[in-house]
Amino acid sequence: MTVSDLPGSGSLEELGVQNSWTSTAWSLIRRQPLGAAGLFIVLVMIFMAVFAEVITPFDPEENNFEFMLTPPGADFWLGTDQFGRDQLTRIIFGARTALYVGFTAAFVGAFSGLVLGVASAYFGGWFDLLFQRVMDVFMAFPLIILALAVVSILGPNINNVIIAITIPFIPQCARVVRSSALAIREIPYVDAARALGFSHRRIILRHMAPNVMAPFLIMLTTFVGQAILLEASLSYLGLGVQEPTPAWGLMLQGGAEEYAESAPWVAIFPGLAISLAVFAFNMFGDALRDVLDPKLRSR
Amino acid sequence: MRHKGLKKAAMVGLGAAIGAGFALGAVAETPKRGGILNIVVGSKIPSYDGHRENTFGMIHPIRPFYSLLIRINPDNPSSPTDFVCDLCEGSVPNPTDDGKNYVFKIRKGVKFHNGASLSSQDIKATFDKIVFPPKGTPSARKAFFKMVDTITAPDDTTLIFKLKYASSGFIPAVATPFNFVYSKADLDKHGYEWHTKNINGSGAFTFVQHQPGAFVEGKRYAGYHHAGKPYLDGYKAIAAPKMAIRLQAIRGGRADIEFRGFPPKARDDLVKALGDKITVQESDWNCALFFTANHTRKPFDDARVRRAISLAVDRWSGSKYLSRIAIVKAVGGIVYPSHPLAATPAELESIAGFGRDIKANRAEARRLLKEAGQENLSFTLLNRGVDQPYKVVGTWLIGQWKKAGITVKQDVKPTGPFLDSLRKKKDFDVSIDFNCQSVINPVVDASKFLGSAGNNYGSYDDPVLEKMFDAMNREGDPKKVRSMMRAYEKRVLDEEAHMALTMWWYKINPHRSYVKGWKIAPSHYLNQSLDQVWLDK
Repeated sequence: MTVSDLPGSGSLEELGVQNSWTSTAWSLIRRQPLGAAGLFIVLVMIFMAVFAEVITPFDPEENNFEFMLTPPGADFWLGTDQFGRDQLTRIIFGARTALYVGFTAAFVGAFSGLVLGVASAYFGGWFDLLFQRVMDVFMAFPLIILALAVVSILGPNINNVIIAITIPFIPQCARVVRSSALAIREIPYVDAARALGFSHRRIILRHMAPNVMAPFLIMLTTFVGQAILLEASLSYLGLGVQEPTPAWGLMLQGGAEEYAESAPWVAIFPGLAISLAVFAFNMFGDALRDVLDPKLRSR
Repeated sequence: MRHKGLKKAAMVGLGAAIGAGFALGAVAETPKRGGILNIVVGSKIPSYDGHRENTFGMIHPIRPFYSLLIRINPDNPSSPTDFVCDLCEGSVPNPTDDGKNYVFKIRKGVKFHNGASLSSQDIKATFDKIVFPPKGTPSARKAFFKMVDTITAPDDTTLIFKLKYASSGFIPAVATPFNFVYSKADLDKHGYEWHTKNINGSGAFTFVQHQPGAFVEGKRYAGYHHAGKPYLDGYKAIAAPKMAIRLQAIRGGRADIEFRGFPPKARDDLVKALGDKITVQESDWNCALFFTANHTRKPFDDARVRRAISLAVDRWSGSKYLSRIAIVKAVGGIVYPSHPLAATPAELESIAGFGRDIKANRAEARRLLKEAGQENLSFTLLNRGVDQPYKVVGTWLIGQWKKAGITVKQDVKPTGPFLDSLRKKKDFDVSIDFNCQSVINPVVDASKFLGSAGNNYGSYDDPVLEKMFDAMNREGDPKKVRSMMRAYEKRVLDEEAHMALTMWWYKINPHRSYVKGWKIAPSHYLNQSLDQVWLDK
């Protein structure tokens, strides 16, 4: 049997044994064009978020009433809102809010779910039973309803929005990770680790968790997109970040009802930004699943 | 010569055209009978009892079932001083005994919808409930009647109010549209809670049904005491909490009118879409939007800091631009802008924050902050989670403060938690605040600025201000009241800067052009009896 006969491995290049960065990128674009497009959009978003002050000459929060509701044109590429603020600038700065909330909620939610899911599978017994019923309770609520409830109790601000989005992610990730970890628990090396007297913490974090990385990474990327969408939804409902902070959902809320007819750009561009971001993370997540899943990779 | 002749002919032609227009107008304005008026209402009905409620959500659907002792003139509702009799006869009485005695003659032959006759005893029982409610019975406007000593009804057609002291606030208080006249028999038989869930009035319409969350329906009362009215066969007040739905209801012809008001953009969209099928009525609104500093929180215990945050705000340019996107417009002091007791522009400009030179104002704001050791002042603005005008004005204010180097974050809360923060928790630095009244009653309305007032949220005690108010409230001479009002205003907005006024609200009512007879008033609570309204269909 040669390396190329292994499932899902077409060549040494694909395995990354000897490869240049450009050829890897090209290979990814060729095999996963949508995923590559998603990754590109994500990288652009990150660039926008990091270098927002450099990219745009306008202040995202400064009212400039002389230019209120100016249509898209040479001075304001995406027009201005009812306070005369440049829409493009607010979308660029809004990427910062979206990514901050998206990444924080996704990472905290996914990592908490990872640890809890693996621990639940590892310990089994009454702990697993009790823990899974608690997860069932959380999962019985639709994502947005649970987030709405949490933010209603805690109050609307960016940190509470992150908490509200993180909480529903934990059981979702824990459930998926647990199912993978249940299989790993039965593999002899876990018994061997136990026999060697390793602590539960070491077995869970160093020996089991790394082996459920594939589903975990897919969940993580999906969560970022979901978190951006949830943040936008909560802001749209007036329960997320507050004015004058630039945030896409908030921009949409400000313009959707009153200006949909007379100044449609106020609602269209933030809506597009949200759609594009969610699309990007979903496509990237799908591609990642294809790359990491040996069964799909071999097709 | 020829040119002159043409000009003369044109003038004659124009005159004839105007004359014909007036004649046609007069014909067109003859009320037609019949039809159902469909109203959209953006708020809920907490109860039917006008004496305890203070929301338009109750007034708009329920007021047409009831009569008042006196009311604002429905033909001239924009006047803040024009009151006429509703259940009384003749004109509103002038006081005797140095302004301390008011004798009302009550109409004969008025009947409640259940057939019982209405007399001065019913009106006395009504005002006893409002002015002297027993413990545990809510009366939202009891404080308006502080000057009332006794209410008596020596016979069935006479009602006498005896005041402790003469007060210019008395007649406007009586005309408040929440003072529904109830039947004494109902009050005696069923108690003071009965009217929260039951209706028996003497208004232009009788109650048909209320489907909670859907609509209230009323039909014409044939025995109404204003002869020939109402013109409508009935009305339906449809619940529609979302503005977009109310707007689309009028646009699509499923509703004829909304009485609270729409923002400027909504008006423009409706006019653009429907042209002359839409008529727009606009008015200054007896609602003022303030921001109030919590005096118990540092550094807002320092008058210099409070003055600085007021100085930083450019009301004049705000009025120009915000009036295009929000329901605010007039720049004014603590009195409704077109009232005789209101400050003139010159008087207003002498108050901190109302000067026309915004650069100088902001320089003074920075100087005051530096003097107070607050050069890098930052705080959180508490705001109400309602777009118009709260959130729009809040965002504008933050931009204004930023221009004076003040950093402000916004904490927007839904109405319940917002009011809870203002009234109970007091957990705010600076908050958006408001004073919305019905009848324009400047002296009574000015009680809002007293630290002791139930609707004051600044948590301050200013005995000087209390004395000033008490003296003003007991003064009957309008000239003296005006002068006292200026001193009071100066102390509230400038010297102590307890509160700061942003702008007065602006009411915009676009409605279907076939709705006739309704005239806009300076409050969304006023002129809602619907007895004048008719449909030109």
